[in-house]
Amino acid sequence: MHVKILGSGCANCVNLEKATRRAVDELGLDATFEKVTDYADIAAYGIMRTPGLVVDEQVLLSGRVPTAGQVKDLLSAR
Amino acid sequence: MTTQTRPDRTAARRWTLLGAAAAGWVGAYALNEVAWTWLYDTVFGLDITIGWASMLHFFSYDTIKITLLLTGIIFVVTVLRSFMSIERTRALLGGKREGVGNVLAASLGVVTPFCSCSAVPAFIGFVASGIPLGVTMSFLIASPLVNEVAIALLLGLFGVGPTVLYVAAGLVIAIVAGMVIGRFRLEGHVEAFVYETRLRGQVIDSTAGLTWGDRLAMGREEVASILRKIWPYLLVGIGLGAVIHGWAPADFFARYAGPDNPFAVLVAVAIGVPLYSNAAGILPLVDALYDKGMPMGTLLAFMMATVALSLPEMILLRRVLKPRLIATFAGVTALGIVAVGYIFNAIL
Repeated sequence: MHVKILGSGCANCVNLEKATRRAVDELGLDATFEKVTDYADIAAYGIMRTPGLVVDEQVLLSGRVPTAGQVKDLLSAR
Repeated sequence: MTTQTRPDRTAARRWTLLGAAAAGWVGAYALNEVAWTWLYDTVFGLDITIGWASMLHFFSYDTIKITLLLTGIIFVVTVLRSFMSIERTRALLGGKREGVGNVLAASLGVVTPFCSCSAVPAFIGFVASGIPLGVTMSFLIASPLVNEVAIALLLGLFGVGPTVLYVAAGLVIAIVAGMVIGRFRLEGHVEAFVYETRLRGQVIDSTAGLTWGDRLAMGREEVASILRKIWPYLLVGIGLGAVIHGWAPADFFARYAGPDNPFAVLVAVAIGVPLYSNAAGILPLVDALYDKGMPMGTLLAFMMATVALSLPEMILLRRVLKPRLIATFAGVTALGIVAVGYIFNAIL
C-alpha cells in the first residue's frame, strides 16, 4: 500500500500523516509513505483544500484532518 | 465508535453540552464589563476613567470581549460552512459567464470554507477546470476580505450598520476587481503549468458525509486553530488600542487624519497594504482610532487593505501568477479600497 500525504508542509499535513500512520499501525497494514508538496501534483488529484490523503492513487479525503479512527474506517472501507 | 452503541445518549449529551456552552457564553459576555469595572474600581479603588488605570481596564475588558466574540462566531460560522465546500462552489461556478460569474464567485467566497493556505491549489483547480481567470480572482479577493473574523468583530464593536456596509463594499470590490482583471486579458500571465494540469481521479467533496458530531468537532478545532494563530496579533492590536484609548488626546486623530484631510484614505491604504495582520489584530486598533475621531471610511479602508492584500499571500500566489498579474490584482484591489474609503467618508 502506498500512502501519499498532499499539502505544502503546513501543520495540517503533519497531523494528517500522524493520524494515518497510527491507523495503518493499528490495522497492521504494510505501507510506504510519501509527501507530495508540489502544487501542480496536488491540484492534479482534484484537491483544492489541503491536506489531502491519497492511497494507491485513490483520493480518500481532502480539506480536513481526520482522527486515526476515521482514517481506519476509510482504509477498511476501500 | 461510541456513536454506534448509544447514539441517542451521545447525541443528547452533545446538545446539552452545546446548550450549556451557549448559556455560559452569553453570561460571560453580559458580565464582562461589569466584572472588570468592579475589580478595578471597587476592589482596587482605581479611577478607571483616566491614564493607565483606564488603559488596563480597557485592555482586560476588550481582550475578553474580543476572545468571546471570536470564539462564538467562528464556531457558528464553521459549523454552518461545513454544509458548503469548495468543490461545490467550483461546480456552481462552472459554465458561468463573466459578470454573473463574478457576482456568484464573490458571494460564494464569503460562504465557502477556505483558508489562504489553500489559495494556490484552489486557483489551479478553478482555472484548470475552465472557470475564467476574472471569476476565479473575484473568489480569491472576496474570501479573505469578507471573512468570519472580520464580520464577528465588526458586529461586536460597531454594530449592524458598519458591518453591512463593510460586507457590501467587500463584495463590490471583489466583483469589480475580478471583472477588470478579466477584461485586461491577462490569461498569458498565469504560469503555463496551470493550464497544463490535467485533473484526474474522482473529486472528493471535502465536507461530504459529515455527521453533526463531526461538524461540531470541526467548529471547536477551527476556534482553537484560529485563536492559536492570531493571539499575538490580537494582543498587540488590543494593547495599541488600549494605549491610544488611555493616552491619545481625544481629537488627536481627528485633527491629523479627520474628514478634512483629503489624503487620509490614501495614507491609510498605503500603510495597510504591506502591513501583515488580520482582522483580529486590526479591529481593536480601528475601534480605538474611531473613538478618537477618525472617520469610518478611512478606518474601513485601512482594515480592508490590511486583510485583503499582504506580502506573504502575494509570494504564495507567485507560484501560479506572473508578476504583472499580481501587480494588476494588487493595484485594482487597492484602488477599489481607496474608492470605498472616500465614498464612505462622503456619505457617513
